[in-house]
Amino acid sequence: MKLILKIWRQASPKDEGGFQTYHLDDASQDMTFLELLDALNEKLIVEDQDPVAFEHDCREGICGSCAMMINGRPHGPGEETTTCQLNMKAFRDGDTIIVEPWRARAFPVIKDLVVDRSAFEKIMEAGGFVDVDVSAVPDANTYPVARRDAEEAFDAAECIGCGACVAACKNSSAMLFVAGKVSQYALLPQGQMEGLQRAWNMVAKMDELGFGSCTNTGACEAECPKGVSLAHIARLNRQFLKAGFKKVGEEKN
Amino acid sequence: MSISGIFLILFLIVHLTVNSMIVFDDSGALFNQAAHFMATDPIIGVIEPILAIGLIVHFLFASIITFKNQRKRDVNYAGLGRYKKLDAAAGSNWPSRNMYILGGLILIFLVIHLINFFWKMKFTGDPLLHTPTGLEGDVENAYNLVTTKFIEWKWLVGIYVVGALALGLHLYHGVWSAFQTLGWSNRKWRDIWNVIGLIITILFAGGFAFIPLFVMIQSMV
Amino acid sequence: MALLDSKIPEGPLAEKWKKHKDSLKLVSPANKKKLDIIMVGTGVAGAAAAASLGQMGYNVKVFCYQDSPRRAHSVAAQGGINATKNYRNDNDSDYRLFYDMIKGGDFRAREANVYRAAEVSNNIIDQLTAQGVPFAREYGGTLATRSFGGVQVSRTFYASGQTGQQVLLGSYSALKREIAKGTVTMYERRQMLEIVVKDGKARGIVCRNLVTGEMERYSAHAVVLATGGYGTIYFLSTLAVNSSGAAAYAAYKKGALFANPSFIQIHPSSIPQLNDYQSKLTLMSESLRNDGRVWVPKQKNDKRAPGDIPREERDYYLERRYPAFGNLVPRDIGARAAKERCDAGYGVGETGYAVYLDFEDAIKEQGEKAIRDKYGNLFDLYRKITGENPYKQPMKIYPAGHYTMGGLWVDYNLMTTVPGLFAIGEANFSDHGANRLGASSLMQGSGDGYFILPYTIGDYLADEIKNPRLPIDDPEFEKAEKEARERIDRLMNINGTTTPLAFHKELGKIMWNHGGMTRNEQGLKEGLKMVNEVEERFYKDLKISGSTGSMNQPLEKALRVAASFEISRLMLRDALNREESCGAHFREEYQTEDGEALRNDDEYMYVAAWEYAGDNKEPKLHKEPLNYKYVTVKQRSYK
Repeated sequence: MKLILKIWRQASPKDEGGFQTYHLDDASQDMTFLELLDALNEKLIVEDQDPVAFEHDCREGICGSCAMMINGRPHGPGEETTTCQLNMKAFRDGDTIIVEPWRARAFPVIKDLVVDRSAFEKIMEAGGFVDVDVSAVPDANTYPVARRDAEEAFDAAECIGCGACVAACKNSSAMLFVAGKVSQYALLPQGQMEGLQRAWNMVAKMDELGFGSCTNTGACEAECPKGVSLAHIARLNRQFLKAGFKKVGEEKN
Repeated sequence: MSISGIFLILFLIVHLTVNSMIVFDDSGALFNQAAHFMATDPIIGVIEPILAIGLIVHFLFASIITFKNQRKRDVNYAGLGRYKKLDAAAGSNWPSRNMYILGGLILIFLVIHLINFFWKMKFTGDPLLHTPTGLEGDVENAYNLVTTKFIEWKWLVGIYVVGALALGLHLYHGVWSAFQTLGWSNRKWRDIWNVIGLIITILFAGGFAFIPLFVMIQSMV
Repeated sequence: MALLDSKIPEGPLAEKWKKHKDSLKLVSPANKKKLDIIMVGTGVAGAAAAASLGQMGYNVKVFCYQDSPRRAHSVAAQGGINATKNYRNDNDSDYRLFYDMIKGGDFRAREANVYRAAEVSNNIIDQLTAQGVPFAREYGGTLATRSFGGVQVSRTFYASGQTGQQVLLGSYSALKREIAKGTVTMYERRQMLEIVVKDGKARGIVCRNLVTGEMERYSAHAVVLATGGYGTIYFLSTLAVNSSGAAAYAAYKKGALFANPSFIQIHPSSIPQLNDYQSKLTLMSESLRNDGRVWVPKQKNDKRAPGDIPREERDYYLERRYPAFGNLVPRDIGARAAKERCDAGYGVGETGYAVYLDFEDAIKEQGEKAIRDKYGNLFDLYRKITGENPYKQPMKIYPAGHYTMGGLWVDYNLMTTVPGLFAIGEANFSDHGANRLGASSLMQGSGDGYFILPYTIGDYLADEIKNPRLPIDDPEFEKAEKEARERIDRLMNINGTTTPLAFHKELGKIMWNHGGMTRNEQGLKEGLKMVNEVEERFYKDLKISGSTGSMNQPLEKALRVAASFEISRLMLRDALNREESCGAHFREEYQTEDGEALRNDDEYMYVAAWEYAGDNKEPKLHKEPLNYKYVTVKQRSYK
């Protein structure tokens, strides 16, 4: 299979980047997309060129490292697929494939296809945890959780933190990412105590770090490799509004 | 956004109800009575400025959000050029991504609409308004003004159809989006809101477009 | 044998840990603030330990090579995590889990360590639940469990087929909480290259900043490695492609002993290799064997579609050979049985190196929905990779490298032979003997991280309070950084023609063929020779482009591959030395008549710990004898 790859190359955060065109004549439909990039890099290294930098680790769709825009779609074509799971069967002989990094002010490019997603880390630090110490906790069966709630919490917790939601959103909003965490804890008895504060703090941090706001287009959900639902954003919104009312009330008191 | 939006939808329901009287009564008496009521009732008089504020709030917030959000991405995707229609839209519908443009169209339409009718009825007046209505009291003939304009200026009908369409698309995303933002949604309610949104879209886009078309076509038959 | 003092406390098995805890020295809160701990690796063990230590008041510096601690490969564990809660009332107990692990490990693990792992297992489930880990629930709201291989009770807690992800995110969230509080400082995108040892004690690390390429020095009173295993010496494995034993190897070179390197678990059910481009194998959780039945055709080279092969012409070989445990035999046994059938010509699929894992009966009995609820995401994953629908036709599976029981030798306090250098989780050797039971890696990692290391490290640190922080311009730091730089320069300057990835692939093939599921003397010796040959070529013909002064992924890879050569050699040597079959280590020369592993308890009931003796020198073997007081050592049988 012959392919033309147009890949964003950028040496460092400060350098200007641009598209480079590569012709690959011996691609195979049996490859995954990352194996295709491996093959390209093997060539580049031998030719003494800087290989394309991209993040990858588990290569089974769970670590969330791999992240790139392929033909205008985060993680490329296919439903609920990470780049590492993307099969080259999705492309045809002679195709031109445009590969670029996530674009968002909050995710500056580090090199080529590698972006700095540390903003997600800061959002998590703003409240993405249950405020409980190690040890001195009750028996796990002390608080029953309805099976449906446990499943819904799991659905929210499936987020792999890859950033596709931000990349897909026309506003570069991280609402789905935030909603995943807030919703997971909102559904479980363990997350109740600081639940409203969590929603408030995480959304505030998201705004502060340069992510846009949510206008409910639903692009995030459609591109999320784990299919995290917009229903979690609704739950986040409920928590956020409640937190807002509570804040107003508390300030009055 | 969501609260002002829902408020504006409520207004639109009243507006459409009044307008529909053009269709139901050829003599115009029903419409004139309603228009008269709307123009003179003190409660409506109070609501009118609130409505205007609602509209301004809706517009201002939309502008702020849109311009802020636009600044969150410095470089746009090159891959979108070719695939914009195919792929990027796969997950989100066109209206949802173009609410501000649709809103802008609606705003332009609104200005035209207000100049043509509201302004004249309320302030400047128009000879057409002072034709006999057959009703008791000092009732302006709004029906005459509206129908005459639509019959005389065929292009105006076109503008109204476009305006109604823009409004419909705006609401198609707006209804569900408003309730989602307020947190009144989940997996099940999302479908319900979408159906309600679709009904409102058809009702409003259809209704507001149908009235001028009806008047124009009726005059030609 | 003074070098290998395992420090196992006296007293009855069930009281050892409790008594030991009471005797450990404490560090006062005021002093904890003055003590720095370096944690390398942020998997379940590393994140949990860092969070616990931070909460206790120590200054913790945490390092990982990924852009986020959440990406560590614990995230990919699928099936579950064991605990002896006995929620099912099936007469489970700490002792039973202990016994299952000792037996599953084929009597090559330390009794005291294993019992402790079982003992803290319940606290882990409580802790994770309190952290908001969404474990699967029964309709009544209580926690659900399922069965796993090598076990006759239902004690495995799970979150769909993504338990590792959820457990890791639990410890990750605890870590985030400490980072927010300021007790833990996080350093992402750092590759640890050297451990700094001063006056015989681990006092810091040198790492490369993967974004800027700069060398960085960090000083501490203790260094903890939570860096996982070295299973990627096979190239194709179920591990993350960047996982390697490079950090453990750096410790080994600084004097930490490396124990039982030949004990590598081959997981019986991974999706078979589909083509030569493949960079990684994907696991299909062992939990699937709860409901899936493993079979091959009774006829050799039977090319019929699985659905066309009538039931009486199918060989459900696990049920046939192991009637008591059936499809739920431990991993090493399941893996070898699959290899045996395929080698004999009964394998299926294009290559003949696959067996069926069939859900037809389970779907008939329980309905498709019940199966989807339990394994939905695994079925989807399988479908995505192979394009086949496992609801309609059986999965094809084959064994793949998965977990390394071997690792850095540690004493009961999880300290290596270098004072101040600790190893936890998969990076140490301590709890799994010659074979790890399913759902016990998350358990061991969490146990080490939350409840064991945080206590035992205090015993060491209590005596370190008097030592001020080692300044990073100390000559030892200079030396370590120089060594790291020289290593990098050496690799960069070869300027040959072959990439690090190509060398890794070559090494992987050798290791799989000569040190894989079954081994023999000749093969191991040949393997050693071949590894030496490839390594020699590596240092003559390696090609890395790009510069050292910025992000350079081929360089990162080359550093890992360089370490993999050395670990591979160590592994082959250990396999040669161990002239018996036990657990995952199967020497063809030592088997029973019906092809089961034949142990030699008289001569090999010991932990083989290897000491680095210098480049190009044979490592020195130290033996830690194993004593079994609380179990009867016998031939392992799952029949």
